[in-house]
Amino acid sequence: MNKQITLAMGNGGEENNELISKIFYKAFKNEILEKSEDAAVIHGGELAFSTDSFTVSPLFFEGADIGKLAICGTCNDLAMMGAKPKYLTCSVIIEEGFSTRELEKIVRSMKKELEINGAIVVSGDTKVVPRGSVDKIFINTTGIGTIIKKGISSNNISTDDVILVSRDIGRHGATIFAAREGIELSSTLESDCASLIEQVEALLEADVCVTAMRDATRGGVSAVLNEWAKQSDICIEVEEESIPVSQEVYGICEMLGFEALNLANEGTFVLAVKKEDAQKALEILHSFENSKNAVKIANVSQQYKQKVILLSSYGTKRFLDAPTGELLPRIC
Amino acid sequence: MAELQLKDLYDGFRNPEVIQGFAKLINEEAKKLSRPINIMEVCGGHTHSIMKFGLPQLLPENINFIHGPGCPVCIMPKERIDHAYILAELDDTILVTLGDMIKVPGSHGSLQDARAKGADVRFVYSPLDTLKIAQENPDKKVIFFAIGFETTTPMTTSLIDIVIKKEIKNIFFHINHVTVPEVMVELIDSRDEHVDSYNNRIDAFLGPSHVSVITGSKIYEKFPKEYNRPVVVAGFEPVDIMEAILMILRQFNEGRCELEVEYKRLVSYDGNTIAQALIEKYFEKASLFKWRGLGNVPKSGYKLKEEFAFLDAEHIYSDILPKEEIEDHKLCICGDILRGMAKPNECTIFGTACKPQTPLGSCMVSSEGACAAYYKYGNLL
Repeated sequence: MNKQITLAMGNGGEENNELISKIFYKAFKNEILEKSEDAAVIHGGELAFSTDSFTVSPLFFEGADIGKLAICGTCNDLAMMGAKPKYLTCSVIIEEGFSTRELEKIVRSMKKELEINGAIVVSGDTKVVPRGSVDKIFINTTGIGTIIKKGISSNNISTDDVILVSRDIGRHGATIFAAREGIELSSTLESDCASLIEQVEALLEADVCVTAMRDATRGGVSAVLNEWAKQSDICIEVEEESIPVSQEVYGICEMLGFEALNLANEGTFVLAVKKEDAQKALEILHSFENSKNAVKIANVSQQYKQKVILLSSYGTKRFLDAPTGELLPRIC
Repeated sequence: MAELQLKDLYDGFRNPEVIQGFAKLINEEAKKLSRPINIMEVCGGHTHSIMKFGLPQLLPENINFIHGPGCPVCIMPKERIDHAYILAELDDTILVTLGDMIKVPGSHGSLQDARAKGADVRFVYSPLDTLKIAQENPDKKVIFFAIGFETTTPMTTSLIDIVIKKEIKNIFFHINHVTVPEVMVELIDSRDEHVDSYNNRIDAFLGPSHVSVITGSKIYEKFPKEYNRPVVVAGFEPVDIMEAILMILRQFNEGRCELEVEYKRLVSYDGNTIAQALIEKYFEKASLFKWRGLGNVPKSGYKLKEEFAFLDAEHIYSDILPKEEIEDHKLCICGDILRGMAKPNECTIFGTACKPQTPLGSCMVSSEGACAAYYKYGNLL
């Protein structure tokens, strides 16, 4: 591993996994942590427990801000384990000189999103550090939720499952790139940032047989699929043409040389459901504005275990690897 | 008139029926060939499209792609990366460059390593973004480490133009712009000299369309005439590449050897003359430019004209920038790969000691490098 921590080690892809497994997992080794789920399942399977820190530039962007992100991120991690978010903690590190008005705006966003999730902040911490010590504001949220349905795990996916995605992918990553680099588009592109608990509750209440769920944040859909292929020792065969990507996101990808599958999402999740329940799951997802273009994207096989294959509509195939390195734009 | 959508720029060029249609025509045409042919795609962007879209899976065995040296990062020799590293480490200096360049290892490490150690290294999407950095940091020297082929050169000269016209005092340049035709000549000559065996011969070239958008197709005129190699200037979408292959095959079967343009939607014979004038205003050809793995290639790189030496970081910092040449890692065969003499998976350290996360050679570093393309897309079939 590199002697210094690099930005690539926080990419949600291979270097990030290496950092986590060789340093943190090595030291904190235990059965719950090693399951490597979105949230830890504790207390005899009754509770889900998760934490996440948020840093984003710019703090306010099309479709959301760091406050909404900080609540959605942790609540969605709980929801992905079939848990209803209940109690959160909120810890903020603020750079001196930060505008109080902007802080209030961020906290208002957090409040609104907490209400959507039916969760409350029960403990917190505030630190103010000298200018230059942090980039404006960092927020950590930790959450506990009660598990609605037990047994959801990304370690149990089999050839009886198919893979669905809840909506078009890559919006958050593309929005942040566009905002950061001042890329102007004639059409509106906004982050998909949203809470997913309503969709999850609807699926579980209808008794859809969900094997695994994961929100495709850093590293995008390709990171999720690769993690699942490894965790469940399966091959995931993706029909490339079925992957929903908006024209705006395609445009950013074409201009900068990115793949939408590698771009971050903040309100898009990937599901593994039993084949016979796939149609029912899609119908439920379609009833929500946020997931009205949910679609099946892949089958599970044993062809190349622990690998993800992209099948093109013109008869070629290739592996889809987890993203590596920093996401950098192409040169020419 | 309906507004042009981004989708329109590529949609039809990924159409499955059209791709399969071209595959059928190519297979029919290939049956008539009297011998297998080797097509060199000069540009790393083509290499990546070919691998990403799995095009070799659609082609007959007697069509072989040879990957060329056209990747700005891959061809950058270690000594010039060391220059960037040394400049980045200077106090009160911000080193600015484009994308992947920050990942390439020099002999001290990569610019990413320099950044992790505290150097102020930034990447930009467009050289013009350097203006904002310089404006926000008036007390710092901002050095733009300029890289790339004919495609990125005009953007650097636009930045120079603004710096001069607006009398901006804190932007300087380290110029590493290179040109395609000269290295194509070098590849033909070196092959013909050493191993112009049937298998190693470059029979035809796929010319990168974005280069010709700037230069025009005229830069390739001499290859069919003087070197007996056809050139087809092609876009980067799968339909573009498949059509260009068909055009090359038809030339062989019809006994023609010509310069043709597949990418007619933007490439003209003369190219962008405004961009060309700007390049001529500020740059002249250096007598030699060292390409990683290929050595010194005459007249293949640009440098700032002497009258603009006050902007030239290489000149200003000449006392601290080393001039000695540095050998590449002895197990790395990037040189042979860039010459098209070897395929990435023929390298003994490919995918083992040399991976995108821990690259030993630049062909694995760059997202446009042949090794990175093979690593990312080529391990299935």
